[in-house]
Amino acid sequence: MSIDEKLFTVKSVPDNVSHLNPDENECRCCESKACTFVCPANVYEWDEENQKLIVNYENCLECGACRIACERQSLDWEYPKGTKGVKFKLG
Amino acid sequence: MRTENKTEVIVVGGGPAGIACAVTIARAGREVILIERGNFAGSKNVFGGAIYAQPTREIFPDFEKTAPLERKNIIHKYALLGEEDSTEVTYRNNDENAVSYSVFRGKFDRWMADEAEKEGVILVTETVVEDLIVDDGQVVGVKTELEDYYANIVVLADGVNSLLARKVGLRENISPYDVAVSVKEVIKLDKDKINDRFHLNDDEGCVYQLFGGSMLGMLGLGFIYTNKDSVSIGLGVTLNELVENKVKPYELLDKIKAHPSIAPLIKDGELLEYSAHLIPEGGYNCLPELFADGVMIVGDAAMLVNNLHWEGTNLAMMSGKYAAETALQALVEEDYTSEILCRYQQRLEQSFVLKDLKTYKDLMDVMHSRCASFLGYFPQKINEFFKMFTSVDSVPKKEKYRNFLKSVFKDRNPLELIKDGGNLLKLLWSILK
Repeated sequence: MSIDEKLFTVKSVPDNVSHLNPDENECRCCESKACTFVCPANVYEWDEENQKLIVNYENCLECGACRIACERQSLDWEYPKGTKGVKFKLG
Repeated sequence: MRTENKTEVIVVGGGPAGIACAVTIARAGREVILIERGNFAGSKNVFGGAIYAQPTREIFPDFEKTAPLERKNIIHKYALLGEEDSTEVTYRNNDENAVSYSVFRGKFDRWMADEAEKEGVILVTETVVEDLIVDDGQVVGVKTELEDYYANIVVLADGVNSLLARKVGLRENISPYDVAVSVKEVIKLDKDKINDRFHLNDDEGCVYQLFGGSMLGMLGLGFIYTNKDSVSIGLGVTLNELVENKVKPYELLDKIKAHPSIAPLIKDGELLEYSAHLIPEGGYNCLPELFADGVMIVGDAAMLVNNLHWEGTNLAMMSGKYAAETALQALVEEDYTSEILCRYQQRLEQSFVLKDLKTYKDLMDVMHSRCASFLGYFPQKINEFFKMFTSVDSVPKKEKYRNFLKSVFKDRNPLELIKDGGNLLKLLWSILK
């Protein structure tokens, strides 16, 4: 089962603005790009062509792993607004 | 004196710590507001998991009568997973007295919050506390998306990420060595299949601790809990391991699920919900400042997790209760400064909460430095022993034992073996002294 299929089982109310805002300049210098593999929801993808981090914030499970793993500590990470984000039925 | 939007105590976060704290304050007839960012208490929460009976009774004495419980755990299994084989140890106890119950946080936390509301807690949901209001060095309230609320005391029960504790300087940035990323799948299975596969009767549960497998040599553990008609399977692996090994947590879980010892347990199951969360693993050496003028920190926000014993919700509930008792004293004495709130830390120190964390204060250091052997080499070697012991191939047994012993010294640098032994002794000494 792919991660996208897994994420399909999670109920979530996406906001129309991202609560995850990486500093693009820092991302270009980042060597590990740890966020692209530590994230349990595969939120981050590195776009090599445009040298830009793609942030699929609507998949975020709000765990905070990316914030701590960010080697340049340059990810502005906030909780989604109160009415938004993930809603675990079981958890 | 401010009277508008002012209450006696504000608790931020509707998990076990926050709810335990709020309900203890409400029971004493004091005014308390519990602010939860989720749609309902539990909607942002994830754990393995099981809640523990005795500590839960300390907060909700009759919870076993009405709380949404799944199964009473009577079997504990420890499985050392090799690449293909495994060695398992099972402890079964049909004792009437429950130690733990499997539950879903989305249901159980919600039930606890409902109970707390019945006892006078004012629950505010769908509200993110963005910052604390500090006046002359003392926390006096919270800023939310919509308005500011003031209180004599603010209790931070805002979970492992506790952005608030960091904002007011009570906590340093968390290191990838001090948290585990946990991913979990709840898999639907017929009740009868669960009973058969895990050797249970109705309402009896089994807890699996999984070592090795896809995480061989990494600092991480897997788990399985049985629910009424589903099974929760997941793992937690320290964040630095993911970074260093460049692996995705859900791929590690997929491999564990495919292990020959695990796959038959969940065969033909249907995924109900995937989830993820961080576990604070740093222990005693990573505690934040637990109090300051006008504020106390409880539960995961204070890193109160005993990772070896998989205890977290119980430390959360008891820390919430101790913070509440301290707050009640402060309200009587009308002094909300550290002078009084330091009693919260004293209560934790006198209880199992900080005593246990202190007992295991060296555990994470040892495990970080030796996980390749303690969670890689030795589990594999134990499986190899049983492979040797159970094989029938016309080779004399004495020869087999000798070859096995020789292999220990051949495939491992003697210096590493000495280091393993030294670290094990150091760990045992630090626990028992």
